[in-house]
Amino acid sequence: MRREIPTAIAFFVGIICIIQFFIPHRPFGTLVDVFSDWFGIVAAFAIWLGALNLLKVSLERSFSKKKTHDRWYGLVVAASFFLIFIIGMFMSGGDQFQVPGSRFDYLYVNIYTPLSSTMFALLAFFVASASYRAFRARSWEATLLLIAAFFVMLGRAPIGDQLTGFMPEGYRLSEVANWIMTYPQVAGQRAIMIGIALGVASASLRLILGLERSYLGGE
Amino acid sequence: MARQQQSEKCASHKPARMGRASGILLFLMLALSASVVFAQAPNGGAAPRSASDPQAADTKGDEGGSIMLRWTLSPDDSAGQVTGYEIFRAAKPDGPFQSVGFASRGSARFADGSTDDDSAYYYKIVTTGPGGSTETAVIGPARSTAEWFNSNRANVLVIGLLISGAVLYYIASARKGKKLFIRRIAGLEAVHDAIGRATEMGRPILYIPGIQDMDDVQTVAGVTILGYVARTIAEYDTKLEVPTSRSIVMSTARETIKAAFLSAGRPEKYSDDMVNYITDEQFGYVAAVDGIMVREKPATCFYMGAFFAEALIMAETGNSIGAIQIAGTAMPAQLPFFVAACDYTLIGEELFAASAYLSNEPRQLGSLKGQDVGKSIAMLAIAAGTALFTLNQILRVEWFASAGQWLKNLFIVN
Repeated sequence: MRREIPTAIAFFVGIICIIQFFIPHRPFGTLVDVFSDWFGIVAAFAIWLGALNLLKVSLERSFSKKKTHDRWYGLVVAASFFLIFIIGMFMSGGDQFQVPGSRFDYLYVNIYTPLSSTMFALLAFFVASASYRAFRARSWEATLLLIAAFFVMLGRAPIGDQLTGFMPEGYRLSEVANWIMTYPQVAGQRAIMIGIALGVASASLRLILGLERSYLGGE
Repeated sequence: MARQQQSEKCASHKPARMGRASGILLFLMLALSASVVFAQAPNGGAAPRSASDPQAADTKGDEGGSIMLRWTLSPDDSAGQVTGYEIFRAAKPDGPFQSVGFASRGSARFADGSTDDDSAYYYKIVTTGPGGSTETAVIGPARSTAEWFNSNRANVLVIGLLISGAVLYYIASARKGKKLFIRRIAGLEAVHDAIGRATEMGRPILYIPGIQDMDDVQTVAGVTILGYVARTIAEYDTKLEVPTSRSIVMSTARETIKAAFLSAGRPEKYSDDMVNYITDEQFGYVAAVDGIMVREKPATCFYMGAFFAEALIMAETGNSIGAIQIAGTAMPAQLPFFVAACDYTLIGEELFAASAYLSNEPRQLGSLKGQDVGKSIAMLAIAAGTALFTLNQILRVEWFASAGQWLKNLFIVN
């Protein structure tokens, strides 16, 4: 029954969602909203599972007998957890904890946001290193990619048109870059999108019909 | 003395000069403000001309409670004399009218989503501008009703039934024992080698099931593949780590891995510590995953699910530690990053095909074959549409363009 009941729920909810897409009449339209609310409620309760798991793992690492750096990382996570929890729950004006100027907001703006931005900023360096590897002309396809990237990057920068300003209209680098982005690039993207749409439809059908149950811990 | 007289003369002229300068300045300011005023209202500040041809009708294909209003824009709309269109509603043609909404300049429709089904409503559209407002005649009665079928989506139903029918047909064929050819997917062929490599090196395997929740079909696909990966890991007796960014994904992944270890005959090797929750926050999660990579140096990294900006940060970190990396996602914007940074990438549909491919179960393979029918339909439609529009350009026969447009509309989801 551990697998049959979830499979039956997946079938029922999946069929209702499909019907609602074509039959907007009540009760189908409202049922889908109800399902969405239920998912939100389950997710809200599940967050405690996650938070407690994080705390358990961090505290176990902190008090582990193995003298590794993990001990200190675990301690930092646990301390940060308690700090933000206590300040958010008891020292930031109750349900007004998100109001600008509250202690919770201060920590969010001055600690969380800069840390998050730092991680995001790393992306710039990783894009450079990944591009370097991707654009090495090791094969015929990679060479094509390199040529296309060369035109697009130059065409998207002011120097592209400065270099090819003498060319007739339609042949300047910015226009070549636009052509690459509008036709070959869009054609490739659309092929992938069509494949994804069909893949989603097929995978959904397998889930609704119960053919695919390994996500429930089944075969 | 003479200089003193001259300076007195100059001093006596100063107020006169200042007055003249002030006058010129005032004139310039007035001229400037007049030009600004005229720029805002070229017809001298008069009220804009009214919108025309107003229509009110039930919103098609909805669950009721909505009336759609349409009108032709005021001729002064593009001249900047119109601020917008205010919609007034009444239960009787002679009022009283109450405002129910506002459509901004350039907008020629408004959905009144606050109606009771089968009640009669009368509307008028008031064109407002800096110079005043003008209104259309009262229109109505209009009634909202709930539809039993969204006719705008009839095309989706037909195509959906066709593809679903093909999927079910091939599943039935596979059940009967018909041999189905499925092309080789290099990324999935490499799964066993990647796990074997980690086993030989004595290092862990890191599996990232994306950063979305279980309501995303990509996460479901990622967790499904995790089941097959976990079974092989159980057989090879390798260490597995699954950091998750959603609590429900953590619970689901634990159940999946537990079942996989059980089916591999190694239930004692399973531990809840294989799967941990990190945080819902995107960059907090990627920081933790990068930390795990750098400290524990996994030999193999799997990225299967929905990814955003963190995709490249994780994949490049994995690359820097020399891990063999297999990725799969249906996020088109992240695919180039995975292709650049990983050894193998499952592109879009391959992610959804992976579980069927790995399971080698006839019923699931049949569903993949059914997908091919959908692809054939798409390819035929693209070829026919391209031919029709090209013929229209060459021969200038309008019928080709109309047929091409009909074909295009067939694939548009409303």
